[in-house]
Amino acid sequence: MTHSALRLEGVCRSFGGLQAVDSVTLTVQPGERRALIGPNGAGKTTLFNLISGALPLSAGRISLFGGDVTTAPAHRRAALGLARTFQITNLFPDLTVLENCLLAVQAHTRTRFAMLRPVYRYAGLLERARATLASLALEALAEAVVRNLSHGEQRQLEIALALAGKPRVLLLDEPTAGLSPAESRLMAGLLRRLDPEITVLMIEHDMDIALELSDMVTVLHYGRVIADGPREQVKADPQVKEIYLGA
Amino acid sequence: MIARRAVLAAAAIAVLALVAPVLPAYPLTLLTQALIVGILAMSLDVLLGYTGLTSLGHAAYFGVGAYAVAIMTTEKQAGLLACLVTGVLLAAGTAAIFGLLAIRATGTYFLMITLALGMVIWGLAFRWVTLTKGDNGIAGVPRPSLGALDLSGPLPFFYFCLVSAALAWALMGLLVVSPFGLGLRGIRGSETRMLALGYNVWLHKYTAFVISGVFAGFGGTLWAYYNGFVSPNDVQLVTSVETLLMVALGGSGTLIGPAIGAGVIVFLKNFVSVYTKRWLLILGAVYIGVILYAPSGIVGALRGRRR
Repeated sequence: MTHSALRLEGVCRSFGGLQAVDSVTLTVQPGERRALIGPNGAGKTTLFNLISGALPLSAGRISLFGGDVTTAPAHRRAALGLARTFQITNLFPDLTVLENCLLAVQAHTRTRFAMLRPVYRYAGLLERARATLASLALEALAEAVVRNLSHGEQRQLEIALALAGKPRVLLLDEPTAGLSPAESRLMAGLLRRLDPEITVLMIEHDMDIALELSDMVTVLHYGRVIADGPREQVKADPQVKEIYLGA
Repeated sequence: MIARRAVLAAAAIAVLALVAPVLPAYPLTLLTQALIVGILAMSLDVLLGYTGLTSLGHAAYFGVGAYAVAIMTTEKQAGLLACLVTGVLLAAGTAAIFGLLAIRATGTYFLMITLALGMVIWGLAFRWVTLTKGDNGIAGVPRPSLGALDLSGPLPFFYFCLVSAALAWALMGLLVVSPFGLGLRGIRGSETRMLALGYNVWLHKYTAFVISGVFAGFGGTLWAYYNGFVSPNDVQLVTSVETLLMVALGGSGTLIGPAIGAGVIVFLKNFVSVYTKRWLLILGAVYIGVILYAPSGIVGALRGRRR
């Protein structure tokens, strides 16, 4: 039997009296492209934090490729092939682009505990880091310090760091946040070319991009799933039209 | 860039080695002292400058190393190697225990916990009279000999400390540019991203904490030989604060900077205290000056200019 890539069962999270995520049940199949949409404050980012292990669950179960990871720490989930990007750019601003990428590449290797040779002597790591940068057209910036990059370049590096570890499940938290329309198109093109084997769950506010890149859509409202299914079906859902898509 | 720095450092070491024989006794003693506390300052920089953990208890590991040597030499007449190994291992053990308690915290809380743990060691040094002779301290620690090599004279002991400091610098220098060291710099930049990438951040920090304790302890063993005397003063809070000052003054996150900062403070302390008892006032003024005009320290400012 093949397992779903990601499965959430009755996942809840409350902050004090606020039920941010309320019994969310969700199944994402391997290779699926799914958009997670919903108004501000719907609990989308909280749900990502629960899936990635940045926050503990109040109730429910999460499994990754059939294995229970409900209480697994974030780094263990990452080792199982789960990668994420952040809505608010979260990089290593004092390091170069290449060093950022090296950190992501060496994360799943034993080399991360090597202490007696400079990191630049590890040809295999360098090669993989440069290849990842090249695949996102960032190789020209390899030696640039991240704090000096433009916002658009930093958003691209966000994706690069997530991809460098060769993830099986990728959580994208608003990849086009703060990008100009032109940059957003560029980002969409980049996401469209992602390896089809990678399972993608994406939060996206730009409806055109969200619907263009995903076959399946889940709509979150006040922490609850109010619609879940193929793109066209969700688009036609009257409740979704009313609360989210507007007109 | 790494190669150029190594050449620069080798040149500095060579100059020190060549100048030492013609130096008068007093400056040579101070230079020896600067090398030893330089090791301590560099060990703190691994935590402060590279990992982003401000420890205010580094005198603890320094002191454990120093006391180990003092007790071993005066009670057991132990040789250099046995003393070094015991001192470093005990310091590592202390750091391993303290790390379990401290690494859970971050920022100011980490600083307060390390401060409190440092005071525990000070309390032990002060109160465990049967072992440490309490307030009196342990006097009469003999200078060591390395096989047939007698290190008791000021010049041979200086060379011994020079080699030790160079070795410590080289090892820590490798550590901070290694994949592990890159991980530490990543933690300093963003812990949440490191977790998401798959790093066990706690383990990385803990390992760095223990390694830092090892080098601090190594500095402490030399300190006992240097002074021939160990007392609770060596483990008190002022020592930890001074070390923090050295790192800030020289430039945190540059490794060689804190060693230079250590030299500046050692010389300043000893020369200024000839003229005034209020040398801490001068030190404070220097510190404020650095914060205002070179917030990234002496070496940080130099490197910044070159860029």
